[in-house]
Amino acid sequence: MSFRTRWRKFVNVFMLSLTGLCALVTVSVLFFILGYLLWYGGRSLNWAFFTHLPTPVGETGGGMANAIVGSGKLLLLASLVGVPVGILGGVYLAEFGGQTFSFVVRYTTDLLNGVPSIVMGIFAYTIIVLPMRHFSALAGGLALGVMMIPIAVRTTEESLRSVPGTLREGALALGTSKWKTVATVVMPAAMRGIVTGVMLTLARVAGETAPLLFTAFSNRFWSSGWNQPIASLPVMIYTYAIAPYDDWHRQAWAAGLVLLALVLVANIGARLVVSRGISFGKA
Amino acid sequence: MASAPTTVDHVRPPGRTWEFIKRLRGGDEVAHLITLLAAASIIVVTVMLVYQLYVNSALPRHKFGFSFFLGKTWDPVSGEFGALPFIFGTVASSALALLVAVPLGVGAAIFLSELAPPRISNVTTFVIELLAAVPSVIYGLLGIFILVPVLRIVVMPFLKTTLGFLPLFKGPIYGVSMLAGGLVLAIMIVPFIISVSREVLMAVPVEQREAALGLGATKWESTWQVVVPFARVGIMASIFLALARALGETMAVTMVIGNDPRINASLFAPAYSIAAVIANEFTEATGDLYLEALIELGLVLFLLTILINGLARLVIIATTQKGAAQG
Amino acid sequence: MKLKSSITGIVLGAALIAAGVITLVDSPAAAPAPSPLLINAAGATFPYPIYSKWFTDYNRIHPDIQINYQSIGSGGGIRQLQAGTVDFGASDMPLNDQMLNDFKVKVLHFPTVLGAVVPTYNIPGVTQELNFTAEALADIFLGKVTKWNDPAIANANQGVNLPDQDIVVVHRSEGSGTTFVWTDYLCKVSKDWETKVGRNASVNWPVGLGNKGNEGVTGLVKQTPGAIGYVELIYAMQNQLPYGRVKNSAGAFVKADLASTTAAAAGEAKMMPADFRVSITNAQGKAAYPICSFTYLLIPASIQDVAKKTAIKDFLHWMLADGQNDAEGLSYARLPKDVVAREMKAIGQIN
Repeated sequence: MSFRTRWRKFVNVFMLSLTGLCALVTVSVLFFILGYLLWYGGRSLNWAFFTHLPTPVGETGGGMANAIVGSGKLLLLASLVGVPVGILGGVYLAEFGGQTFSFVVRYTTDLLNGVPSIVMGIFAYTIIVLPMRHFSALAGGLALGVMMIPIAVRTTEESLRSVPGTLREGALALGTSKWKTVATVVMPAAMRGIVTGVMLTLARVAGETAPLLFTAFSNRFWSSGWNQPIASLPVMIYTYAIAPYDDWHRQAWAAGLVLLALVLVANIGARLVVSRGISFGKA
Repeated sequence: MASAPTTVDHVRPPGRTWEFIKRLRGGDEVAHLITLLAAASIIVVTVMLVYQLYVNSALPRHKFGFSFFLGKTWDPVSGEFGALPFIFGTVASSALALLVAVPLGVGAAIFLSELAPPRISNVTTFVIELLAAVPSVIYGLLGIFILVPVLRIVVMPFLKTTLGFLPLFKGPIYGVSMLAGGLVLAIMIVPFIISVSREVLMAVPVEQREAALGLGATKWESTWQVVVPFARVGIMASIFLALARALGETMAVTMVIGNDPRINASLFAPAYSIAAVIANEFTEATGDLYLEALIELGLVLFLLTILINGLARLVIIATTQKGAAQG
Repeated sequence: MKLKSSITGIVLGAALIAAGVITLVDSPAAAPAPSPLLINAAGATFPYPIYSKWFTDYNRIHPDIQINYQSIGSGGGIRQLQAGTVDFGASDMPLNDQMLNDFKVKVLHFPTVLGAVVPTYNIPGVTQELNFTAEALADIFLGKVTKWNDPAIANANQGVNLPDQDIVVVHRSEGSGTTFVWTDYLCKVSKDWETKVGRNASVNWPVGLGNKGNEGVTGLVKQTPGAIGYVELIYAMQNQLPYGRVKNSAGAFVKADLASTTAAAAGEAKMMPADFRVSITNAQGKAAYPICSFTYLLIPASIQDVAKKTAIKDFLHWMLADGQNDAEGLSYARLPKDVVAREMKAIGQIN
């Protein structure tokens, strides 16, 4: 074996091991965080947590029932806004867009993604809460929804682009109109990537506190409808985590765990529904 | 204009309107319109956002003008506001975060897409994506209770003894520092890089890999010289997503970065970022000038993002080869 | 295929059920009938624990009245009150004249409880309680005193073996009423501080590291040898932190506790203006702890909604009479008796 071949073989093993190391490092750190959350939060979970309203300090048996439902409601509204706009926007960029306008849209999307969550909250406050003169679940949901858009757009676009051109060309050659091609051929092929993107953006938005502080506010009681302030898990975590009381700290960790579980359930649900997604990469 | 008798089923009036409606019924125009509206709404929202930021920062803009960008003092009591320390903190911490997260993330993504058995790869990625949902506050708490002590007791002294001659590693060791801020950010953004990069890598057609291997390339050579360049644009997109999150991240950063608005070459020194100061001071800011100065900082961050994005895109354009990436 | 479609069916079914549950839980039918009166309030984080207790207890006595208080910060509370998005606010700092002018309506201050701020530290080898003079504290936070064995500190602590260690100052990173009280005190005891830094919820600190909340400051102090920071008394008591005594204006080194806090308020109560806006740092009296403050509810002097007005006035009565009994249990100092009496009369000003 020549020196060059031996060198290439060495580089091969070395670099591949390096990637394995990268994976190990990142996975260990992330799994450690998860484990810590599971352990610390899990200890504080009990039935009362899921069914009771918050109680003041010193009283046991308090829970975050209203915050759990509240987060669910807010994320639902956010998805109704963010997912369609995000996916459709991504479809535009990948399938229909012209050169310059697409560039502008892409650029703007990246800018929107970089807006700090508190600035988004301030923005939603000035255009929704102030005119309405009260805090509401509507304002919170919309703020979160707008934050969902950029990631959804970019990941949808990338997933659609990853679909080989041959697929599109085949469908078009068969006489299918463009929109039908996109809807029935390209999108299903890219579905797994799109769902990944939607789940990623939902996960990101689920943990956001700052945009909710000035829009959804929070509520110690049950809120009805969309026009009242509403409790949410991230805000409760934030309020409890920086308070002086141990009981509240434990509740904060428990809430963090529940939040993660909420996102997990949504994730699994979405993937199951789309589990017929076909991947052409590793056929 | 006479219609060809053999192809027309019924009489229709000539004209461009009818042609448009006909195309509309075909569906393509509708689809184009709907998706166009969705894309346009993004621009509309962003423009509204910038407008609000601009209008609501009128006081400090008139008072300080351009010197806001260069001012080094942030004093709410005397009413003197300057953005430079925060600009420095934001740029430096995000750069550090990318420096750590990109190699780790792309490396891990390569491993997960090319080498790992599919089941392990799927489960691992699933869990990693889930971590994007962990609230920033919790990252912050973990940062201050675990990362900072580790840095203070183990990592920083080690760096100081080995590389202490570099200006990067000089100065007293507190634990909370630019380094801690950059590392926490790196941990927070790595799920985005791994998740999206892995998706695009897996979408690269098998034929590409096989062609390279068929020509005698090693697995690494096939991956690094064929597959990754093919997925280059998608990987870049994931880096942009990650960068955006790093620039705007507030809670976790503020709990580990030391919150000292000073510019320092050392990674051990505390720092302050734009998003962190806005989050910290907005709820307690009394007085219009103070409040609007914070909003102006939001505007500055926006401009920073425009600049950094623009630079990054130039870099991509300069290095993209023809045929290496799709689109 | 069959399995997958049935799983899909189950998941969709579960989603529908979940949606149904949410709507059910959400509908007015689920809330206690008749629909309760919801009053929104926002402001200071410092009194949040006791406010949450009060509002919950009050709701138990009057189930038809829900007072929803959120701790978004004193500044946030003031601004939301100005914008009219909340019915009343709460602030650790009294509004100054200029801020009062910014309001379109007249705003009344009602002190609720007292708090204190204490210096907490972490010095390797030192387990005793330290004595701090006012000048020492000011100079430490100005960056003029940089070592623990500096005479400024050592002279007040004969018999304590202070090491030759650098002092690491820790302060709050976010705007906070606690910082306001601390800097207000330093302004009164140090001309240098007053000219160089001043008093506010957020200041331009000459030295030090910042961290978020009492939690952040404590965490940092605990981990950093030689550190000194300031935290709310409640926090120090609940977490058993070591904190020092501070020399008051009468020359005595006083340890912060509920009694010395109330003593500070009582000492100043005679000179309290009619609108209750007062700073009680560096108070008179031998037993007074010098770094204390009232925390206030900000109530509009005229409230349109009759139901809300009655509820708020009734709550204030209850708070001053019964609510005060909850203070000590949560480590807050109760209001002095004459202040309570004056406030009861002041409730009449709300129309």
